[in-house]
Amino acid sequence: MVRLITHNLLACHAKGCTSNNFPLQFQDAAIELRDAEFNADFLRGFLPRIEWTALVGAARQLGDTSLPAEQPEMLDDEFLQKLHHVLLEVHVEEGAMVCPNCKHVYPISNGIPNMLLAEHEIG
Amino acid sequence: MIPTPDLSHLKRADYEHVYEPAEDTFILLDALEEDANELRELQPRTCLEIGPGSGCVTAFLGTILGASSSLYLTTDINPHACKSTKATGLQNKVPIESLQGSLASPFRHRLRHSVDILLFNPPYVPTDSDEADFAQQHADIAGSWAGGRDGMALTDILLEQVEELLSPTGRFYLVAVKQNHIQDISRRMLEQYGLQSKVALQRRAGREHLFVLKFQRTQSNT
Ligand SMILES: C[S@@+](CC[C@H](N)C(=O)[O-])C[C@H]1O[C@@H](n2cnc3c(N)ncnc32)[C@H](O)[C@@H]1O
Ligand SMILES: [Zn+2]
Repeated sequence: MVRLITHNLLACHAKGCTSNNFPLQFQDAAIELRDAEFNADFLRGFLPRIEWTALVGAARQLGDTSLPAEQPEMLDDEFLQKLHHVLLEVHVEEGAMVCPNCKHVYPISNGIPNMLLAEHEIG
Repeated sequence: MIPTPDLSHLKRADYEHVYEPAEDTFILLDALEEDANELRELQPRTCLEIGPGSGCVTAFLGTILGASSSLYLTTDINPHACKSTKATGLQNKVPIESLQGSLASPFRHRLRHSVDILLFNPPYVPTDSDEADFAQQHADIAGSWAGGRDGMALTDILLEQVEELLSPTGRFYLVAVKQNHIQDISRRMLEQYGLQSKVALQRRAGREHLFVLKFQRTQSNT
């Protein structure tokens, strides 16, 4: 599965592609929504590792506009619920992720992204 | 006792392409089980297993830590392994993010000093370099064991990245065999990266002398 929490951690790693290689852009994404168990401690603990702007942008690309453009300082329950949904319940099942810099295409099929590079593309 | 993950959804035909859990898998499960309390207390948020094969080990870790307590990431070059890992996550109610990829490559940019638990049961069997290269290219069952010179061809590449991946309290568990030169690995990791290690478990299984090495930062390097 490619959930937005995972997408937020992926960058293009093709040879020579070291700047503007994050976040990958979704293309032709087919999504499924699936409930996940809510865990406020996990969300609070994970938040410092998130690139906020990339998360908001990726969610908007998938049609979810529930997150504010600026990361709120107060982590109240209402906010954490929204964050939970965006990070953990939106699954990209088909489509691709494209590098904003070198345009390398990483396909997603049956919820599994293919991040492998051909030998000549490995940095 | 933490129950061994349910793998009843995987059939003979799956194990023609995917590594079937064996003694090397079980010694890693045992090492994680022994450390269960310590690992829970660390409150890991990001776990990454390289080469999950059937998905057995990450599913087990998810059972120890709790399905919603951490993010469980895996990368395997073998597409059959990726599918099996995903299925094993579903079967055991652990949400595993199964990715097809080599080592930690797609995460290196964003997971700098962020991996709390890193696991690797690598292809550790000494073989010709050609055989190991071929197995990597083919990304099928031979990629589970063909380890090239000293069985270290792939492990050596990951060892160079471990310090960069581990969080301040991160732990790295590596399965190895005697032919991999255990003391050499430990010395190198301490001298070059300031990561201390110990043998978490060792045992003989048939012809193999198996080890689980556990690495973490030294006090001065957190
Ligand atoms: C010894 S098996 C271990 C499988 C499983 N973790 C277990 O303990 O039963 C090694 C695994 O590493 C995978 N592998 C081999 N080369 C890899 C690479 N370059 N990157 C990621 N995984 C790789 C193999 O496909 C295989 O699934
Ligand atoms: Zn790129």
